[in-house]
This record gives sequence, C-alpha cells and structure tokens, in this order.
Amino acid sequence: MIELMIKKLLQLLILLAFTVTAAANAAVGTIVIDGSTTVGPVAKTFAAYFTKKYGVRVTVSESGSGNGAKSLINGSCSIAAMSRAMKAGEIGAARTKGVNPVANIVAYDGLAMVVHPANPVRGLSKAQISSIYRGIITNWREVGGPNARIVVIQRESNSGTEESFKELVAGKGVQITGSAETQSSNGSVKSRVSTTLSAIGFLGLGFVDQSVKIIAVNGVLPNVITVKNGTYPVTRPLYFYTNGQPSGSVKQFIELPKTAEGKRMISELGFVNH
Amino acid sequence: MAEESGGERNRTNAFVVSARKRTIQKVAKTAGEGMLFAVAAFVAVIVLFIFYFVARDAVPFFQIRGFSEFFSSTNWYPADDPARFGALAIIYGSLMVTLGSAIIAVPMGVAAAICLSDILPFSIRQYAKPIIEMLAAIPSVAFGFFALVVLAPLLQDNGGPLLMWAWWILVSPFMLLAVIVLSDLLTSNIREQKRREQLHILYLILFGMLSVFLLYKVGTILYGIQILTGTNALNVSIILSFMALPTIVSVSEDALQAVGRDIREGSYALGATRAETILKTILPAASSGILAAVILGIMRALGETMVVWMASGNSSQIPEPWFNYLQAIRTLTATIAGDMGEADQVTGSARFHVLFAMGLLLLVISFISNLISERIVVRQRKILSGQ
Repeated sequence: MIELMIKKLLQLLILLAFTVTAAANAAVGTIVIDGSTTVGPVAKTFAAYFTKKYGVRVTVSESGSGNGAKSLINGSCSIAAMSRAMKAGEIGAARTKGVNPVANIVAYDGLAMVVHPANPVRGLSKAQISSIYRGIITNWREVGGPNARIVVIQRESNSGTEESFKELVAGKGVQITGSAETQSSNGSVKSRVSTTLSAIGFLGLGFVDQSVKIIAVNGVLPNVITVKNGTYPVTRPLYFYTNGQPSGSVKQFIELPKTAEGKRMISELGFVNH
Repeated sequence: MAEESGGERNRTNAFVVSARKRTIQKVAKTAGEGMLFAVAAFVAVIVLFIFYFVARDAVPFFQIRGFSEFFSSTNWYPADDPARFGALAIIYGSLMVTLGSAIIAVPMGVAAAICLSDILPFSIRQYAKPIIEMLAAIPSVAFGFFALVVLAPLLQDNGGPLLMWAWWILVSPFMLLAVIVLSDLLTSNIREQKRREQLHILYLILFGMLSVFLLYKVGTILYGIQILTGTNALNVSIILSFMALPTIVSVSEDALQAVGRDIREGSYALGATRAETILKTILPAASSGILAAVILGIMRALGETMVVWMASGNSSQIPEPWFNYLQAIRTLTATIAGDMGEADQVTGSARFHVLFAMGLLLLVISFISNLISERIVVRQRKILSGQ
C-alpha cells in the first residue's frame, strides 16, 4: 500500500519536474508570430526551417494584420506579420503602451485580381475595378463579359489585403458597395471565386493556383518580374513588425529573408524577394 | 482497514447512529446544500454579469452616435473615414435567416417529434431519436464548411432543380393532407350518406387536381431560377434549420411523451381515431412544451455565428425584393465575430462599442422571446388545468 503511494508520488514529482523545465524552456526559446493570413505561409515555412536549424520553437497564428498589430501592442507576440503598414492610430496606441514598432520588409506581394476560369474577361483597368467595387458597374456585360451580374467578393475589415486593395485600387475613402460579399481569408476568397461563375475577388499572389483565373490590371499581369520592377500597379510590401530593434533569435529570424535559403523559400511560395 | 470494519459493525445495527457519525452527517448536509446553492446562485450571477458588462460597453456607442443611425441606416462602413454605423441591414439579415430556418425547422421538427412519439413503434424510436440527436453533436464549423464548400456550389450549379425537388418533396404531403381534410370538412354537414360520398369524391378530385396544378406550376417557376451566389440567406437558413432540428425534435418529443398514456387511452376510448387523438388531444396538451422547444431551436439559429460567418456572404444589404432569400446577407453575430479583430484602438471607440451594442441587441431579443415563451407556457398550463 505505502509502496504504491510512494511510487505514485515519485511519478508525480518527475512529471512536475518535466513540466517546469518545459515551461522554462518555452519562456527562453519561443518566438510567437501573429497576424496576416497573406504573410502566414512565409512565416510558417520560415518557422519550420528555423526550428530545424536552431532548435528554437516558433508558433505562427494567422488572425489578420489588424490582430497582429494588436497582439504586438499588447505584448502577446514578438513578431507581428502584416500585409500593410501600421496605421498612425496603431503606432500611437503602441507608443502609449511603451511599444516601439519597427517595420522589417519580408517580401513584396502582387495583389492578383481573380475571376472564375470560365470567365472570358482577360483584363480590367483600375478605374473599372474601382467602379465594380463601388457598385457602379454591376454586370459583366459592361466590361466586355457575358450578361451576368457581378458577384463582388472582398475581405473583412480586419484584413491587410483589404486595406491594400482599397489604397491601391479602389481609391482611399471609397465606400465599397454593400452588396459585396465578405470572406475572412485568402483561402475562402479563392474557394468562393473558383466555384462562382460570375465572381471577382483579390488574392495575394502566393495564393493563386489553377482553380482561379488571374486578370490583367491596366494591361499588366502580375508575376515575379512585373511585381519586382513595379509595372504591375497593385504591388505592396509585406512586413514583420517587431518591438524595437530585434535581438537574439528574433533578429536571426527577421534576417532570414536576406539569406539565400530565405530567398529560395520566398520565391517558392510565389512571393517576390526584397 | 480499521475504518472499514467499523463501518461493517455499524451496518449490523442500522438504527443506532453514533454521535460522531451524526455530526458528520450534519456537516455534510450543510456543506452539500451550501454548495448546491452556490452553484445555482453562480449561474444566475453569470447571466447578470454578462448583461452588465455587455451593456456597460454598449451604452457609450449610443452616447457617441445616438440611436437613429444604428437602427435606420443600412450604411455599414465601420472602417471608413468618416465611419458609418447603420446596422438596419444587419439586424434585418439576422431576423431573416432566423425566420427562414424556423420556417424549415419548425414544421419538420414537430412532425418528426409526433412521428417518433406516436407513430413509430418503440423498437425503431429507440434508434431514431439518438441518431437525430447526433446532429447536435456536429460542431458548427463543420456545418459551416459543408455550407461553403458543398451546399453553396450546389445551389449555384443546380439551384433551380434543387428548389423544385425540395418544393415537391416538402409540400406535397401537406397538400395531400390539406386536400383530404378540406373535402372532409366540406362534406361533413351533409346528412344523406350517398350524396355525401359522391360529393366527397368530387371534392377530392377537384382539390387534388388543383393542388397538382399548383405543385407543377410553382415547380416550373422554381426550376427556372438561376442562383447567382450560393452563399446566401437560403443556404444559411437550411444549415441553421439542421442545427435547430435536434433541439426541436428532442424537446418536443419529450413534451409529447409527457402527455401520458391515460390521456391517449381516454381519447381512444371516446372513439377518436389516431389522427384525431394526435391533433385534438395530444398536441394541445403538449403545446407549451412544443412552444418551448421551438423557442429553444430559434434561439440556437439566432445566436449561431460560425456557419453564418462562413456561408451567408456577409453583405450588409437588405435584399431586393425584401423577401429574396437568394441574396447574400449579413447578421449581427457574424459582424461581431468578423469586426472584433481590429476594433479597439485603431479607429476610435465607436467602432468598438458598436459591436457591444449589437451584442446587447441580441441579448435583449433572446431575453424578450424567452419571457414571451415563459408567459405562454404558464398561461397554457393554467388553461389545461382548468383554472
């Protein structure tokens, strides 16, 4: 009886010791990344590589650029992945909390306008896209397509991609039509566009595949060359924001895009190197 | 070891309880009662706290922006500059999918409950009820995924035929029932038996043809419909009705079972048929329970977030025309879930507080409907007990 109890107690003690050491390890060697779903694939690939190489655990969550900024400000992540620059309001909020956000450019991303593969439209001008999203053009016939009402798909207000789209295409301060459908990630926009004949949506270039068709904007199709030399009009940088100048393993992580291996991973994911 | 044998000894002369044991029992009783009271009080306090904290963050919105824009405008641009917080279309969307799911789920749920409790033999019911209740165990995100990936493309590609078949399958039994009941009612006053039978057959044929025509005509209209976008109010209503069904079926079936064998047998003894027993005796007797089931199911549909966020399209518009279930809509719950992300420090406090205003509105709606159902249940009980 007593022997058994001692055995149990010992087991418990060993277990406890393990948890304590594990927790201590986590506190020292973990990088927490939160933010954009667009930057997500880069962050995740980097994380896997980084953990393998340096043995540092990296956790990545994708909750939107806005949430990433919030997490950095609240101190619940060490790197905020963002597909847009921080807004003045966010920087102000960070300062009052004693956080000093520093932008580090990871890569460049073209925002691809996508339609269903069966849609005959090959390209639109920026003004036409803007009119479609403002609800002025509502039928594909008006832009050289079939006679069908356009199903406009946008991202939710939390998305950096949405902000970039508004800034680069629709125009700042433009009200997107109330009939526009809202999806919460690049993946769900792609799934909606690939299954809806008369849909139009926008995706980070890294998310485009065969299930949707890219259309040219102002006559230019997005690819590595046009994004890099800036001829594609809807191009934006992707960021890793840190609190102050990074140091230690966070610094190593942030500098991954500058290494050859980092560059290879970025271009494999469909993004364009800095 | 010593303890156990002591217990053995006590059991042999059961009526003698030692003083020590009595004290232990007393303490245990007080502690047990106290704990139960604490738990019950805790639940009540939680509800009050939720109300308080939601209201505390909702009030500033109305102080900043007033009431009129929120309840009368359909312009929902919380992230723009200047921001607009017209939630009318969103409130409308919530009510629309709730009503839509109720229209589908309530008749089906109550019919299934009647079938389970009074028509199917016990051996089948034993298996059927747990299977229906399994629906409640499916996580809502799985429902949402199904709605987005399976149902939405299906509605877009084969929407018309699908609507036609749904119309035929769902409405034809009700039509048949209506035809029979109607011709029964119209001929029941005629005394002469031969004439009554002749007229009865005539009415059956007449109404039968009329209903077949109606089924066919509406079916062809539905067949011709082209659904533009599959993430719409109809899609969400269908999925929400599936989610509300297990609650409605299970609780209504319990209510029907609670009516009791004596009342059923009394009805049969008076010469009533099974249909008459169900419609005129059991259903009225169980109506308060069924109503509670319906309200519970509807509340489930109103409060559901994940499915709606994934499959409603999230467009803040009132469909045109207003009853068009084939357009995308946006609901209160999905808006709260979707906009919470960057709603605090970025664009000022109104954007944050408006979401709490929506939460408060949802709370008030469910509070009022719970209150109404409670009143109806109490009144029903009074009527049934003959006071």
